Amino acid sequence: MAEMAAANESPEVLFWVGCAGAFDDRYKKVTVAFVKILNKAGIRFAVLGTEESCTGDPARRAGNEFTFQMLAMSNIQVLDMYGIKKIVTACPHCFNTLKNEYPELGGHYEVIHHSEYLQQLINEGRVRLEGGETFKGKKITFHDSCYLGRANDIYEAPRHVLEALDADLVEMKRCRTKGLCCGAGGGQMFKEPEPGRKDINIERIEEAIATGANTIAVACPFCMVMMTDGVKNKEKEDAVKVYDLAELIARAEGL
Amino acid sequence: MEAIQQILFIVVLGIAGWMVFQRVQLIKSTINLGRPEDLTDQPQRRLSTMMRIAFGQKKMFDKPLIGILHFAVYAGFILINIEVLEIVLDGILGKHRLFASFLGSFYPVLIGFFELLAVAVLLACLVFLFRRNVVKVARLQPVRHREMNGWPALDGKLILIFEIVLMIAILTMNAADSVLQDLGSAHYPKTGNFWFSQFLKPLFEGWNENALIRYERAAWWFHILGIFAFAVYVTYSKHLHIILAFPNTYFSRLIPKGEMKNMPEITNEVKMMLWLENSSGGTSEVPERFGAKDVQDLSWKNLMDAYSCTECGRCTAACPANITGKKLSPRKIMMDTRDRLEDVGRNMKANGGKFVDDGKSLIGDYILEEEILACTTCNACVQECPVLINPLDIILQLRRYKVMDEAHAPGSWNTMFQNLDTNQAPWKFYAGDRFNWTEGLEQKSAG
Repeated sequence: MAEMAAANESPEVLFWVGCAGAFDDRYKKVTVAFVKILNKAGIRFAVLGTEESCTGDPARRAGNEFTFQMLAMSNIQVLDMYGIKKIVTACPHCFNTLKNEYPELGGHYEVIHHSEYLQQLINEGRVRLEGGETFKGKKITFHDSCYLGRANDIYEAPRHVLEALDADLVEMKRCRTKGLCCGAGGGQMFKEPEPGRKDINIERIEEAIATGANTIAVACPFCMVMMTDGVKNKEKEDAVKVYDLAELIARAEGL
Repeated sequence: MEAIQQILFIVVLGIAGWMVFQRVQLIKSTINLGRPEDLTDQPQRRLSTMMRIAFGQKKMFDKPLIGILHFAVYAGFILINIEVLEIVLDGILGKHRLFASFLGSFYPVLIGFFELLAVAVLLACLVFLFRRNVVKVARLQPVRHREMNGWPALDGKLILIFEIVLMIAILTMNAADSVLQDLGSAHYPKTGNFWFSQFLKPLFEGWNENALIRYERAAWWFHILGIFAFAVYVTYSKHLHIILAFPNTYFSRLIPKGEMKNMPEITNEVKMMLWLENSSGGTSEVPERFGAKDVQDLSWKNLMDAYSCTECGRCTAACPANITGKKLSPRKIMMDTRDRLEDVGRNMKANGGKFVDDGKSLIGDYILEEEILACTTCNACVQECPVLINPLDIILQLRRYKVMDEAHAPGSWNTMFQNLDTNQAPWKFYAGDRFNWTEGLEQKSAG
C-alpha cells in the first residue's frame, strides 16, 4: 500500500491478509491463492504488508478490551491515513470486527468477505473457472464459519462459489443457521479446551466425514486448522482434504 | 348464598391481584438494577420482530410438530381468557353465563370454539408430558443437564398437569351445565349443547339436580381459583415467558449477532494513550468496574432475558461446548442470572427495598469461571432462542470482568495478549515477517 500511495495511486480494494494469512504456513497458501485470483482478474488491489496488525478480535472475545481497542485504533489510523474505502478479507473474524466493530471506534469502511467477493467476480465474469482442474461430480461439503454465518448471515455466497465449480455439494446435517462451530472461536484457538467428553472439532469432523465428501471446504483460517486437525485425528488425511474456497477456485482456474 | 359467593369471589380476586402486583413490582425493581441500554431505535422494525417472533411464534416452528402443539396451548391461553373475563364478571355480578344474553345463538358457537381450544390444549399438554417423561427428550432431562435438577424439572411438569386439570374442569363444568339445562334448572339459561362437552354428558347420567349444581359450582370455582393461582404461580415460575416474550423480543438487539458492545470508557483511555485526544481535559472517569461481576453490572435487557427464559434448552442442545461435555450450558447462564436476581430481590424485600451486600456475585457463586471459558462465541445459543434471549452477551461481559478487573485469565491467553501487545499478532511472530507470504508468489503483487 505504501508504494501505491507514494505513486499517488489508489487501489480498487484493500486485501486484509490477517495474522493467519500472513504467518500460518497452511493459510499462507490461501493468501497466495487469493492473490493469484485477484491478479488474474486484473484487480488493482493493495495490502498493508507490515503495517497491518491483528484486528483485535481474539483479545476482545477473550475479554481484553484494552488490547482490542489499542490494536483497533492503530489499524484505523493506518487505514484512514491511506484513505481506504473498501476492504476484502479471507478471515471471517477480521471481517466481522472490521465491518461491525470498527465503525463505533471511528473506522468506516465497506468490508466484504472473500466468499462474497469471489461470488461477485464469478458473476461479473471477471473470474472464469476454466483452464484448470475440473470438480465435476466431486463431492464437496461446506463447513459454515460462525462469524460468517450466524454472526453476519452470510450462508449462500460461499455455496454459490462452490456451485460455480460444478461440484456435487453435499450438506452436513448441521448446516447454515444450525452449523456446528469448529471449536476455535471466542479465543479458544489460543488455549486448551475445558475438560469434556470430546473436542468440538472431532464432533464436527465426524459429521463432515459422514457426508462421504472427499473435500471439506472452509472459508475461515481457524476452521481450516480445526478441521485439518480433525481429519488427522481420524487418520483420514489421504481420503479427505480441507481447502479454502480460494484454493479451489484458483485450482479450477489453473493457477 | 349468592351474595356470599360474590363477596368471596371479589375478595379472592383482590388477593390474587395484590399478590401478582407485588411480584411484578419486585421483578421490575430487580430488572431496573441493570445498567441502562437504549433499545428504542427503529420502532417499526422492533414491532415487526415482536409480531413475528412472539405473537407469531416463528422460531417455534423450526420444529413443526412442537410448533403446532405450542401454538395450540398459546392460542388456547389467550383466547380462553375471553371466557375467563365472562367468568370474572359472572363472579363479581353474581350472574351465570352473562354473555349468553348478549350473544344469543352465537354464544354456543363461541363456547364451542373455546372447548375446541381446551381440547387442543389438553392434548398438547399430554403430548408434552409424554415427551418429558416417557420419550425423555434429552434437553429436558436433569440426568443430562444439572441445571434442571429439582425445582426446574418439577416446575415444567407441574404447569402441564395444572393446565390439564384446568381444561378438564372447564369441559366437565360445561357438560354438567348442559345436563342442568336439559333438566330445566332455574339458574341455568338455555344455550344448547356445546361442541365437545356434550360427549361428556353421559358422565353425569343419573345425577340429581343438587349434585349436578354442586359439581358445576365446584368446577366453576376450581377453574377460576386455578386461574388466579396460575397467575400468581407464573410470576415465580419459568412460565413468565408467556408475558415477557413480548417485551423481550421488542427490545431485542437489532445489530449483527457478531458485534460486541463497545466499552466507551476504555475508548477514552486508549485515545489518551495513543495521544489521539488531549489528556488535559481530565474529564474521563475511571469506571467502578470493568465488565460484569454481578447482575447490577449487566444491562437491564440481560436481566429481562433471564426472567424471559422458559428453560426449554434449545440453546444448550445447540451449544458445541455442551454437546462435547463441557460444563457450559447457555440455559444455565440464564437460570443462574435469574436465580441471582431472585436472591437479590428477596434481599431487597427484607431490607426495605435496598440491596445489602451479601458477599456473593453472579460469577463465582452462581456461574463458574470454567463455564464462561468454554464458550466459542459461536452464537448458536442466540440463534436458537425462540424469544431472542442472548446468553452470549452475559458470558462476554463476565469474561471482561475476569480478565480486566481481576486480571485473571488462562496462561495461554495471557501469552496471546502479550503477543498482541508486543508484535500485533496473537502468535509469537516477528511483525516484520508479516509480508513474507509473498515468497509463495511467482510474481509479487502490487504491494
